[in-house]
Amino acid sequence: MISSNMAPEAAVFDEANLVAQARQGDTGAFNELIERYQRNIFRLAQNITQNREDAEDVLQETFLKAYTHLPEFEGHSKFYTWIVRIAVNEALMKLRKRKWDKTVWLDEPVNVGEETVAREIAVWDDNPEQRYSKEELADILDKAVNGLAPPYRTVFALRDIEGLSTEETAEALELSVPAVKSRLLRARLQLRDKLTAFFKKKVEDPFAYL
Amino acid sequence: MLTCKQFLSELSDYLDEAVGGEDRKKLEEHINQCPNCWVIADTTRKTIEVYKCSEPVQIPTDLRTRLMKALERKIAAKRT
Repeated sequence: MISSNMAPEAAVFDEANLVAQARQGDTGAFNELIERYQRNIFRLAQNITQNREDAEDVLQETFLKAYTHLPEFEGHSKFYTWIVRIAVNEALMKLRKRKWDKTVWLDEPVNVGEETVAREIAVWDDNPEQRYSKEELADILDKAVNGLAPPYRTVFALRDIEGLSTEETAEALELSVPAVKSRLLRARLQLRDKLTAFFKKKVEDPFAYL
Repeated sequence: MLTCKQFLSELSDYLDEAVGGEDRKKLEEHINQCPNCWVIADTTRKTIEVYKCSEPVQIPTDLRTRLMKALERKIAAKRT
């Protein structure tokens, strides 16, 4: 039985040490790597697939594949970037299997033209998120991402939610850097538009002085 | 001066601070004179921030248990 509680001393080892130990067959070290990244991988899988069941499968497959292919991991990239790539492939396979998006696919050119221009222009409150409870806010943010087509939400999830660099995102998705940038811009502007409906500054009551 | 379209096409790099020197100056010159682009840049920056601050979800215990069981099977299979 693998204990899900990591040994206290394990916490002090950095990622490279953990990976080296896991490669030598230390399951405790691999378990610690799972502990570190499972929540990010699960969130990423949910953001790409938009389906709870698929995200659970992706989480499991990602770590099982990482374990199997650990001897091939050469440490040229960060372990996190490496498992993100595995997770992205698994999540995209799920999307392809469902085939619910037949119009736009990840390797198709994306037209970034006039449509990128924002629809609604309104200032936001300084801390608009404070208007909502934690749950309400999470729901608003999830629904906005849900509304993006897969090429945009995948780039946005990697770049702005999981914090990968533009180059790492390009590598994970096998896209060019300009393609990542144009998709990211469009995703950000679309989300900004959607969130404006919730976060814009309320116009003061013009009759308040009466 | 840059047009709004030119400004918006550089918006991501501007917010990521991936533009410097003369190019950045041109973008700042535009944003200081164009209230609409200022609002779009400000609210896009807030959009990115609000997602960056969102917490990853907790993994349900049963999912974690299933993952560990599957991993144990894999390890056992490797050893035999």
